[in-house]
Amino acid sequence: MQNYASQIHRCFRCGYCKFPTDYSSFNCPSYRRFRFDSYSTGGRLWLIYAWLKGEIEWSEHFAEILYTCTTCKNCTEQCPMKFAPDIVDWIVGARSDMVEKGKIPPRVARFFEAVYGYGNPFKQLRSERAAWANGTKRYASGDEYLLYIGCLGSYDENGQKMARNLVDILNSSGVSFGILGEEEECCGNEIYMLGETGLFQNLVDKNSQKFKELGVSKVITLCPHGYNTMKNAYPASGGNFAVYHYTQILNDSIKRNKIKPSRAKAKITYHDPCFLGRYNNIYDEPRQILQSIPGIELVEMERNRKDAFCCGGGSGNFATDFLAGSADSPARVRAREAYETGADTLAVACPSCLTMLTDAVKAENLDDKLAVKDISQILKELLSVK
Amino acid sequence: MPLLELKFDRTKCAECKTVSCLVKCQYMDFENKDKAKEEWQKIINGEDSSVLEACTTCYACEEYCPFGNHPFYLIVERQEDKGILPAPRPTVTMWMNQCQPVGRFTVGKVEERALSYCFLPQFNTLVKGKLFDGITWSVIFGQEFFCNAVYLHYAKLSVIKDRLPKIVENIKKQGIKELVCLHDECYGTFTSLTSAYGIDMPFRPIHYFEYLYDKLQELKHLIKPLNIKAAYQRNCSARLCPETDHYVDDIFELLGVERVKRMYDRENALCCAEIFRMAKGPALADDVQTRNTDDMVKFGAEYCVFNCPACWDSLAHKVVKQGIKPIHMIDLCKLAIGEEQALKLPELIAEV
Amino acid sequence: MAITSALYDSLAKIVGKDFVSDQKEERYFYARDGGLMPPHEPDFVAMPKTTEEVQEIVKLANKEKVPLVPIGAGLALTGLVIPQRGGIVLDMKRMDKIPEVNEKARYVVVEAGVTHGALKSHLQKHHPNLRHSIPDAPPIATIVANAVIHGQGRLSHQHGFNSDMVSGLEVILPTGELCRIGSCSVSPYWFSKGAPLPDLSGLFLGWFGTTGIITQLGLKLYPCKKMRDVMLFLTDIADLVPDILLRLSHTEMVEDVVVSSQPLPLRFRGTFWIMSYITGDSDEELEFKRKMVWDALWEHFENRDVGFLSVSPDMKPPLMSMPSKDTSRFADVSKGGGFQYAGPITPIEKFPAFVRKLEEVATKYSVFYASTTRLIGAGHCMMFSFSFSFNRANADEMARAKKALDECSKFALEEGGVLWKADIYEQSLLMDKMNPNTLVLMKKIKQLLDPNGIMNPGNWEVK
Repeated sequence: MQNYASQIHRCFRCGYCKFPTDYSSFNCPSYRRFRFDSYSTGGRLWLIYAWLKGEIEWSEHFAEILYTCTTCKNCTEQCPMKFAPDIVDWIVGARSDMVEKGKIPPRVARFFEAVYGYGNPFKQLRSERAAWANGTKRYASGDEYLLYIGCLGSYDENGQKMARNLVDILNSSGVSFGILGEEEECCGNEIYMLGETGLFQNLVDKNSQKFKELGVSKVITLCPHGYNTMKNAYPASGGNFAVYHYTQILNDSIKRNKIKPSRAKAKITYHDPCFLGRYNNIYDEPRQILQSIPGIELVEMERNRKDAFCCGGGSGNFATDFLAGSADSPARVRAREAYETGADTLAVACPSCLTMLTDAVKAENLDDKLAVKDISQILKELLSVK
Repeated sequence: MPLLELKFDRTKCAECKTVSCLVKCQYMDFENKDKAKEEWQKIINGEDSSVLEACTTCYACEEYCPFGNHPFYLIVERQEDKGILPAPRPTVTMWMNQCQPVGRFTVGKVEERALSYCFLPQFNTLVKGKLFDGITWSVIFGQEFFCNAVYLHYAKLSVIKDRLPKIVENIKKQGIKELVCLHDECYGTFTSLTSAYGIDMPFRPIHYFEYLYDKLQELKHLIKPLNIKAAYQRNCSARLCPETDHYVDDIFELLGVERVKRMYDRENALCCAEIFRMAKGPALADDVQTRNTDDMVKFGAEYCVFNCPACWDSLAHKVVKQGIKPIHMIDLCKLAIGEEQALKLPELIAEV
Repeated sequence: MAITSALYDSLAKIVGKDFVSDQKEERYFYARDGGLMPPHEPDFVAMPKTTEEVQEIVKLANKEKVPLVPIGAGLALTGLVIPQRGGIVLDMKRMDKIPEVNEKARYVVVEAGVTHGALKSHLQKHHPNLRHSIPDAPPIATIVANAVIHGQGRLSHQHGFNSDMVSGLEVILPTGELCRIGSCSVSPYWFSKGAPLPDLSGLFLGWFGTTGIITQLGLKLYPCKKMRDVMLFLTDIADLVPDILLRLSHTEMVEDVVVSSQPLPLRFRGTFWIMSYITGDSDEELEFKRKMVWDALWEHFENRDVGFLSVSPDMKPPLMSMPSKDTSRFADVSKGGGFQYAGPITPIEKFPAFVRKLEEVATKYSVFYASTTRLIGAGHCMMFSFSFSFNRANADEMARAKKALDECSKFALEEGGVLWKADIYEQSLLMDKMNPNTLVLMKKIKQLLDPNGIMNPGNWEVK
């Protein structure tokens, strides 16, 4: 990240970053939404370079162009150049320079302030963090797993439902776990992606310290964003624990016959979250869970797995919402794509995707035709126990 | 440095009754021993011989010679002396340029015991899992460690003589005492070629068959017999180290694999023939490849086990067309201990 | 300022506020391309969605005498869509519909913003028996822009320039009228751009958007066989290459022939790599074609002047993929995000002279080079690229690359080549050499079509 300034001129603006593998459509969420080349990855990299060279001044428009990137990593997947793996870090690097200079869009500033002051981006009270939990057991030594809920699961209405469903399934499958409740702190994934590296480090340290004190050795995350940062960033700061996304745990429980979903009749399409798929190569487990349900037909959207089209919520956009306000907003495009499969249910595995796509389905007037459900909800509805 | 000279003993040839080097050749027709002896004598004498033009560079005569007198190296020396091009000149140029040392040392965390990937990226895919626990990172790769034996195909022993001592030195400088050669062309180079030219070996080359066999002994508890019939594709460089062939039998036995007793195995093995295509054109190559794969089918092989990644490149698609599954020896071992085949065939590109 | 703001409002009214910008960031990006031409900013960037919107914008620009530059993906690298006099850049990529594929007459009608990538994908999914001539440009290159610059593609050996495959046009003239060119001017079918009528497509193809804006284009499609393969031959004798190309072409079995010449990676040094692409519906058909190709070159092979290289599975995808990502990768050879090439169209007999010049110039200016040659028509000509990569963070290297390019262009022109997608400097070289009456004709056409000189001014400007 530090050396982005010496590398960023290497982009040739060839435009592969805009596409999925088969070139059938545009797969960069912000380019798909705004359609000026400036909003594609190539555009962003050229503008950052221009800013570094002093050829353009900072402006709110420039900052917005930078912050409309959802860090979905489609560009990394498609870019033919050797530096492809570094692209997201370059953008984060430029954002972090902006943060340092105090030049960020007000919506991003509010996001930081909220996390700094309240431990979540919604300015909700810490004391309310476990309001969803309905007496869920707190983590205590001897528990096998810490269930880390994250900010969306703790405060967002859809996320809270997701958390409750997951807790119920984990209980019925006999997993030994506990939550942190009010003690939980933001995981920092979005804070990093938005470029506030100081605050990010602070969160990593706090969480790692807490996990250490409690003797946590295994963490289950509700949210792929948390999974990503704990898996890939925490170890460098001494985080010494194994991390699982909940779909991995549930898939395992199904394979070991700990839970047995009953027969259902549904046509389901699954939306890959960026931080599970492109970031961490987890494509199969969520699909295996759905396929294990007797009677379910799993159909794929045109763009799936590493070509999945981002819901537009990444990099804090579930709160900052720089891509909202149009039929071309990524979540609405994705909702239409899901509907075109003929599925009656759009399955997700991420609270950010859940909330983005639930809203999008409503905006598209598809809410009575296409139900957006997270995988734990789908399973919960089909479990005979509890 | 004194010019490297081939240790060749003409008295052995003089006493030779079989002239196996030529009589056994699968690509030349020398039923008449006297005629063979006569041609061979011409080669010894440095005279013109049809053999020098006809040689397909399959290495096999190195194995056929009962005296270890290096007939193939002599042929290559003579070809070069006479400016005979076994392959078109641009092909030779391409090979010479592609593999020349450039001072780029691609190494992992090298220890006294290391793996040599030769100059073959396929090993990056193959080297995984329990078979390589503890040695995965101790790796050397690239031009600076490339054995250069390939130039035997191109009548360029001068290149080998020039580069090989430096390669040996490069390996030594890494502090390597034991080098597990994943490509048996390297092993053959470090045993046969170096001894034929009197190059001192400062490290011990280990054939990867031996390495795998030992590892499998350690992991014996994990082996679930595969119960399959496999054809073994014996490659050209196996002729430089025929003493390692028994490991194929030993490993197959451990894994529950039957080495089908087909016509073109062991001493009678057929080259993968892609070198023939580049040297002599498609007719010979197609004929040899068809005979070879038909033979695998005829003897009921379910799998074709490859030793050499170059054979894999040449033949894997062709055995698939015959309904046979291609697999590299390393992957075969992995299958038996419950791991996945890593080197797979890309779909034949039909992109339009 | 008042005019500017009024223009902005008018544009916003036409395309919608979301799709017009007068902000610095868009003006910066659309002021330049990936090549070496100096930038110049537009005043506005607008993105029309329909032919009607384009028409309204053209009328507005013509009335206000504001320059108008239509752009696809801006990948020509020679600055053809840099708005030399400001004005409005029209990014056409929102016009992305494919209104018709006629399977029986083998053509497609595309809107101006349809990309080669999107058409390829569309055909593969919905019309797998048909294909189009995909250029080596990245997939974001648009069909229309590629035709307007007389691009070439994977079917150019068999069917000529990609612009030869155009089968009809819908154009907005600079004065705002909508005009149809070719069979579609009298018939619902888009099967011919001219014949048997007077061929008016030449008023627009090759003019770099200086005579009107193409809003729809008919493009010929060709049979798509089930299998495709590449055969790779090498030679170290430049003088032999024209003969090899003619022999390959003589087979009438080869779909595409490309020669590459570059010093790095090392395997390429010292030899010319000749790629012959063949297709077939069965193994037998492919095998027959392979034999034909071998027979064509057998004499050179026996003489040991031409070698054959078996293509390993890992080498195949980069050679076979369409478009080839390797083209873009060349921009990062000097870890610097830039390359440009002069690509003269020239008789194939010039190959040896051009290769020698390329090596000489690269040494002289100390720049990294590569060359790709594509056979066009049955050996009627070739595109020979003098390609130089450069580091965008190194001004000196960029200057050297530009000098090298200019010298190669001049040389090619002297040798009888004609410069392809010439930048404004090369356009003046061409016009200096052009038959004077031809120049007058060009001038008359331009004046007739674009009396106010609003269309992509600076390009093809006859003094």
